[in-house]
Order: sequence, then structure tokens, then C-alpha cells
Amino acid sequence: MSDAVAWFADVGIADRPTVGGKGGSLGELTQAGIDVPPGFVVTTSAFESFLAALEARDSIRDKVEALDPSDHGAVTKLSEQLRARVMEEPMPTDVEQAIMAAMRELCPDGQPVAVRSSATTEDAEDASFAGLQDTFLWVLTPEDMAMKVRECWGSLYSIESMTYRRKQDFPEEGVAMAVVVQQMVDAKCAGVMFTRSPTTGDKSVITIEGAWGLGSSVVSGEVTPDKWTMGKITGEISQRDISDKHAKQVPAEGGGIVEIELEEPERSSPCLSDDELQGLRAVGRKIERHYGKPQDIEWAVDKQGQILLLQSRPETVWSVKDAEAKPVSAPTDNPMAHVMNIFGGKK
Amino acid sequence: MGDTQKGFPLPSSIKVVAGTEEAQAAYPYYCQFEPEDDEKFWFYNSMHFPEPMHHFDMITAEAAYVAMGAFNTRVHVLPTAKGVDHRIINGRVYIGGVVVTDPDEIAERVNEFQQRAGYYYENWEDLYAQWKDKMKALIADAQALPSPSLPDYEPVETFQEGDAVPASHDLLKIYQQQVEGYHRMWHHHFEFLLLGYGAYMTFFDFCKKAFPEISDQAISRMVAGMEAEIFRPDEEVKRLARRAVELGVDHHFADNMDIDQVLAELDAVGNSGKDWLGELEDSRNPWFNVSSGDGFYHYHRSWNDDLSLPFAALPGYIEKIKAGEDITRPTEQLIEEREQLVADYRDLLDTDEDRAVYDQLITLAHRVFPYVEGHKFYCEHWYTNLFFNKIREFGRLLLAHGFFGPDGVEEDVFNLTQYELESAIIDLMLAWGVGTTPRGVKHWPGIIAQRKAAIEEWGKHSTPPALGNVPDAIDDPAINMLWGITRENLDSWLDDGSENDKELKGFAACSGVVEGTARVVKSVSEIGRIQQGDILVCQVTNPTWSPIFQKIGAAVSDIGGSMSHMAIVAREYGLPAVVGTGKATTRIKDGQRIRVDGGKGTVTILDEEPVLEDA
Repeated sequence: MSDAVAWFADVGIADRPTVGGKGGSLGELTQAGIDVPPGFVVTTSAFESFLAALEARDSIRDKVEALDPSDHGAVTKLSEQLRARVMEEPMPTDVEQAIMAAMRELCPDGQPVAVRSSATTEDAEDASFAGLQDTFLWVLTPEDMAMKVRECWGSLYSIESMTYRRKQDFPEEGVAMAVVVQQMVDAKCAGVMFTRSPTTGDKSVITIEGAWGLGSSVVSGEVTPDKWTMGKITGEISQRDISDKHAKQVPAEGGGIVEIELEEPERSSPCLSDDELQGLRAVGRKIERHYGKPQDIEWAVDKQGQILLLQSRPETVWSVKDAEAKPVSAPTDNPMAHVMNIFGGKK
Repeated sequence: MGDTQKGFPLPSSIKVVAGTEEAQAAYPYYCQFEPEDDEKFWFYNSMHFPEPMHHFDMITAEAAYVAMGAFNTRVHVLPTAKGVDHRIINGRVYIGGVVVTDPDEIAERVNEFQQRAGYYYENWEDLYAQWKDKMKALIADAQALPSPSLPDYEPVETFQEGDAVPASHDLLKIYQQQVEGYHRMWHHHFEFLLLGYGAYMTFFDFCKKAFPEISDQAISRMVAGMEAEIFRPDEEVKRLARRAVELGVDHHFADNMDIDQVLAELDAVGNSGKDWLGELEDSRNPWFNVSSGDGFYHYHRSWNDDLSLPFAALPGYIEKIKAGEDITRPTEQLIEEREQLVADYRDLLDTDEDRAVYDQLITLAHRVFPYVEGHKFYCEHWYTNLFFNKIREFGRLLLAHGFFGPDGVEEDVFNLTQYELESAIIDLMLAWGVGTTPRGVKHWPGIIAQRKAAIEEWGKHSTPPALGNVPDAIDDPAINMLWGITRENLDSWLDDGSENDKELKGFAACSGVVEGTARVVKSVSEIGRIQQGDILVCQVTNPTWSPIFQKIGAAVSDIGGSMSHMAIVAREYGLPAVVGTGKATTRIKDGQRIRVDGGKGTVTILDEEPVLEDA
């Protein structure tokens, strides 16, 4: 079946119901001409067809809907049961063949991939909704990739995830999971970028955080990243906090990642040059203009110095506050009134 | 003081440096501290007067504060701020503002101010056009004043054709007219200034609220004007470089050239040399009437009086032109960039209301710009130069009549107060008429020697940045704007910077980090010492220094804000710069290695700390 796989270049945000938020966003960025490592999405239709096979053997959705979220013992038991079934049930042949073929096409020379869950609902993107943010790095073979896809699917039946859905009383019908499979960047350094200030919400600045190696060390908070604040429009770098980066995460030989300790001078050297910072700023502005609102971006710089975008989603904290924000100054017909405020001694 | 609150020393606790008591007492009575001054707050005006004041130069403080006070208090009627009082001790000028706090008085003043300021903002362009005419007429008047001189015998024309008033009377007339003109210039100076700054500040304030982390630099770039007169002198130097190449006389210009010799050579080499000298004359009048300082000290000479600065720039410009580089200031492009910046920030605003106010305020800021940036050329540079040079002519006359002793120089005249100078002139008028030797011949040399010694001594002593207790009103935005001080300044002064004396803070004028050799330059005569890549450290860097920006790696100054011309020009040259450090020229030693971070506004002295070698 062909709709099990959707290539980044063919999808956009509007395809969220079938490719999830992450997949839709990567597709959107690809189409906008941003450098995104190539990849595809294992769509919800692949998941649905797998789930149908599972349901045919023994019900899944009914059991989840019957759960009492306060009965922790019951939730735990069901979670173990369902996740085991997701790992063990044979994948429908057409799905399995489609995704393995896609990976061979994506990685003709056996390049490694990252496998990430890509949830279809807004709520699921909430960082507090733990369990749905599964990411597997440096996956080397199509077989291994298929296993990681299952694990992403299985995360729908994690204790946290099911408890959350039951508390919110979401119908299980329509709960689905897409999975992103993307060529992996052997990053020189990586990190995150906000196209507004996380501390004041100022839209005229960009904040960049980064550390050596793969971005996982920054996202997980295991390494204190270097931090820069720069004018979004002017490019002036107003703040540089170069931290002591004690370790970096790099690909492990047999797949996956490993953390290695860093020595001086690397650990206290900035992981980005000013030129790279300016390059990131340009990309951040381009993405923000594309979406028309501030973004929360994950990026990497590969060993050749190319900037690559791994993810972009709308900034959420300040955009909620924006809705309630009052005008900076009440408009008047005559600018004199504003000048009077300055001279009138008002604070 | 007994209370636990951190405060500054009281004025009464500041002692006159031993041995300089008479020099201190010679300043006018109305600017000496008195016991009641302990009740007020004062701060050292290092921004305008960073060096101990020669007695004559106090006329600048006085005329400026006369005019500023009159405009704030009586002409524009600013609601919350009146004038600025000034005092001098140990050659240092302290100022303290008079604040209006009574709500009824403020309300009354708001009414007046609205009408008056409204008139100015509504008619800004017309009023500014009139202003330029007034200012040019004032300059013409000063230029028309003859040099003071005394003949042995009055020529017969004095009574045959004239009013039969002898030359001695002209001395008094010229002097008084020149003093009157200087005061008038300062009134012109303040006619628009605070209203212009107010419009700027309003836009600043809006931007800081809309974009809490926006840099002063970014806002300055949006309001900066691109066509002010003050940018012209540098363009003239570039033009002269281009003409030198076109006329084939460029080989006469080299680093550390003897300027007089070059001028003589050009005069001798035929038409092309003479043509270039003609071009030089065109540039000099009026564009070389710029001071190498801010025009507040008599020894800040103009390019016309000392050609070192423009000539130091010629070889570099010539080289660039011959390499095919276009060095003309790209005004159109700069304006385009500014407009783009304004548009880009506008796009970040959330609502139509915000965009409407933003448009109003940036429009107003651009309307007031030509005055705010343009007045300096006419006031602080051109007129002030004429004024000090006229006083120099009196210096020459008094020197010739023995007032400064056998070892005197004409510059000694600046060691007299304006009143003492008038008394010396009258002494000379008397003696010339009576037929005796002026009493001043015996009177002044000793006093002048004493004052020179005092100024030198004062220069060795640091002075507290502020005196007295900090008033609450310091948080008033108008006060911050008018006096250029903020709560943060005061707090940092109270901390006295003892935690890190290797680092100086100033305004971040132009981003970029540069390390290099500090070249502490106290006057333009030292310009020849600057080597390619050096970091210029000087008191005031205004656009008159920009010709050497091509040569240096970064610039640091004692004086100036992010809105200063220097900051604007530095950005155009992409030259990392930190301005307004307050003490760079005293703290940094010539030849030290320093690091300038123009984005953060910091200057770090590297030599005094252990050198970190790269492994």
C-alpha cells in the first residue's frame, strides 16, 4: 500500500492528520526551500492498518476507553500488555515492505536515520505530555528502523499517554501516531533557536543555544549549552554566554548514541562562529516569515559547516500572552500626546 | 552622614587641592560651592567637561546653562524640569538640575508647554529654515568683527571719514560683541534641542516597550539622519583625495608628511598643484570649520587651524581611490538601509494600533532629525571656533603689550576669566591712551603661572562622579534625557567599579570584538602616531575624527552616547566602538593591549592580567 509512506517533499502542515505535527512541519520546511535532512513519514494510515491487525486478534481501543485513569495498577498492567503486543504483532506486509523500501531509497549507502514519533493532535505537542516524544538516534538498518517505528507506536500506550487521554476523555477512535524517519546529521554542533526572547517575549531578538555534538544533549538538558542573544533584524550579538560543555553526544559504533567527555580547549570554546550564528539567524527569519509567527527550532551544523533544520514548531508560551497584550501606547491623532508623556514626567 | 544608605560625599567635604586655593577662588563667585549646596544633588559633568577648566573656558558652561535654563524654564516651559545649576571645584564642573515637583505648578506648566512645544512641532521645518538663516547671520557677524589692534597714532580717516572714536574703544566693542554673540549662539543652540531630543526619546521609549531587548544602537540606526552637515567634512577630505589623483598630484601626500612643505611644493609644481590648492580652499570654507573636539575647550582646534587630521587621512583615501574603490559615503544606500530597518521592526508589531503609533513617532523623529544632528556644525564647531579664535587675537594683542611676560604665549589669555580679560582690555585701553605701561604687565604673569600649575595639578586628582544625596526624581524620564544620567549610572558610580578595574563600560556604539594596541590620543597633533590597526582611545570622537577610521581597528572614547555622531559614523565604517566610558583616556595607558567589545560596550585592559597563551 502506497499511503503508508509520505515523503517530506510531498506533505505540509495541512497533512497533520496523516503525518503528524513533526512530519507536517518538516514537509512544510522542505517545500519552503529550507535545508532539512531528507526523510519520510510513516503515516497514520500505516498505523491504522497495523492497529486493525492488532484489533482483529484482540481489542485495544475498547480496553483503553474502559480504563479508570485513577487506577494506576490497572493502567500499568494494560500499558505493559499493549506495548508488548505492539512489539510482537507482525507488521502488515505491505506496510513493512513500504517503509523498508523507503529507507533503502533514503539511505542508498546505508546512512543512519533518526526515528521520531510525530503526534497528530495539538495537545500531544505539549512538552508536558510525556511519552509521546520518542526519538531514536543513529538507527542503522531498515530492520532496526522498523522496530523503532513500533516503539513509537507503542508509546501511545505508555502509562502517561493513556492516563492523559482518559483524564481528558478523548475518544480512542482517531488516536493515531505518525513516525518520522529522517537522515541523520553527524553534527559538529547542534541546539535550539527561539525566534523571540524566552525571557521577555521580545520578537526583535533571536536566542540560540547550542553545544558540541548531537542536539540531544541540549534538548535533554544534559549539557549546559552556549547561549547567544542576537537582534533578529540587525544581527548584533548582544549576549554571549559560553558555558563549560563537559560532554558531547556522538554516534555509537553499533547504532545509537554515546556520550563522551570533552577536554579543553573544546569544552569552553564557543560551538558556533559568528558567521554560523548569522546563518542560523537568516534561517530562523525565513522560517518565521514562512509561518507568520515566532518559532521554536531545532538545528544542527554538520561537519562541513552546513546548517540543517531538524524541527520547527510555533512558540507557545508567549503567543498565549500576546492574545491578551494591550497596545504599547494608546493611539492618538497627534504624536504630540506621546511626547507630552515623556516631558510630563510620567513614569 | 551617619545614615546607612549609600550616598556620595557632600560638596562641603570636597577640599580644594592644596596650593590651588587662589586659582579656585578666581572662578566667578556664582559658581563656587556654598554651604546650602549640601542639601542638593550634584554630578560631575564629565560628559561635556572631562578636563579641568581653564578660567576663560568656563564661559562655555555659563553661556550654555544660561540658555538651557531660559529655554526650559521660561521659553518652552518644560513641565517637570527647569534649568541646571553649575558649580566648579578643582577645575571640575558639577551640575544639578532644578526639578518641578508641585503638582499644581506642573499642571500649569503642562498647559504652557503644550501650546509652545505644539507650535514648534507643527512648524518645525519652517522654523528650522529660519534658524539656519539666523545662525548663518550670526556667524557672518562674528566673521565681520575686525582683529583687535592698536595703532601708534590714530589714522586721520578716523575723524575725517569716521566717527572719531579711537581704536581702543573698538577693543571693548569687539570683545563685548563677541561675548554677546557667544551667548546668543547658545540660545540658538537650545532653541530646538530639547524638543528634538524629546521626539527621539518618545520613539526610544516606544521601542523599548514594544521590544524590551532592543539595543540602543538599533533604535539609533532607525532615527539617525544621513544628510547632516556634520558628515560633510569627511566627504570633503575624500573629494580632495579624488581630486589629487585626478590632477596627478597624489604622490605629494604620504604618512607623517610635513604639511607646510607639501603645500609649498604644490604651489611650486604648476597648475595642477595650484588647482588642488584651490580645491582645498573650497573645502576649507566652510567645511573645515569643525573642531577636533566637542567645541567646549579652547584647545580643541578646528581643521582649519590645524590641518593634521584631514591630511593624515589623505594618503589612505588616495590609496583606496587608486585601487578603484568608491569611498564616497553611500547616502542613498544608507537611507535605504535605514528605511528597511524601520519597516522590519514595524513588521514585528502585533496590532494596527501599535503600527499607527510607531509610524507617527518615527515620522516625528525623522522630522526633528535635521536640527538635532545639524546644529552642532553651526554651534559647537563653526561658531565656537570663531569665538575662541577671536579671543586668541586678544591673546596676541595682550602678549604683544607684555601682559603675559617675556615667556608668555597668546594661549595664556585663556587663563583669565572672561571678566578678568575685559579688565585687562580696559587696562590696555587706559595705558594706550594715558601713554603708560599697562599695570597688567606686572599683574598677570604670576597669576597665569599659578593657574597653569593649578590646572596641571587638578588633572592629577580624580573627582567624585557625584556629590550629595540622590533625589527620587532621578527616575523621571525627562530628567534622564536632559541630564543624561539614570539610576543605573548612579548605582554603578556608587559601586565605584572596584570589582573589576580592568574593564571599562560605555555605550555600545558599533558591534564587533577587536583586540589591539591602545593609542591614547589627547590631541590631533598626535595623530601621526596612529598605526594601521591601532585602537584609538580619545576623549571625544566625533565625525571630525572619521577620516582616520579607515586606519584604526576600533575606537574608544570618554564622551558620547549611542546617539552620538561618532556612533553613527562608526557603524557606517563597521568600526567596533565603545563611547562614553568616562575614563578611557585616563585609565588606559598608551601601548597597552586592550579588547573592545562594541556589542557589549566594554573595554578590557589585557596587559595587566596574566596572558593566556593558546595551547
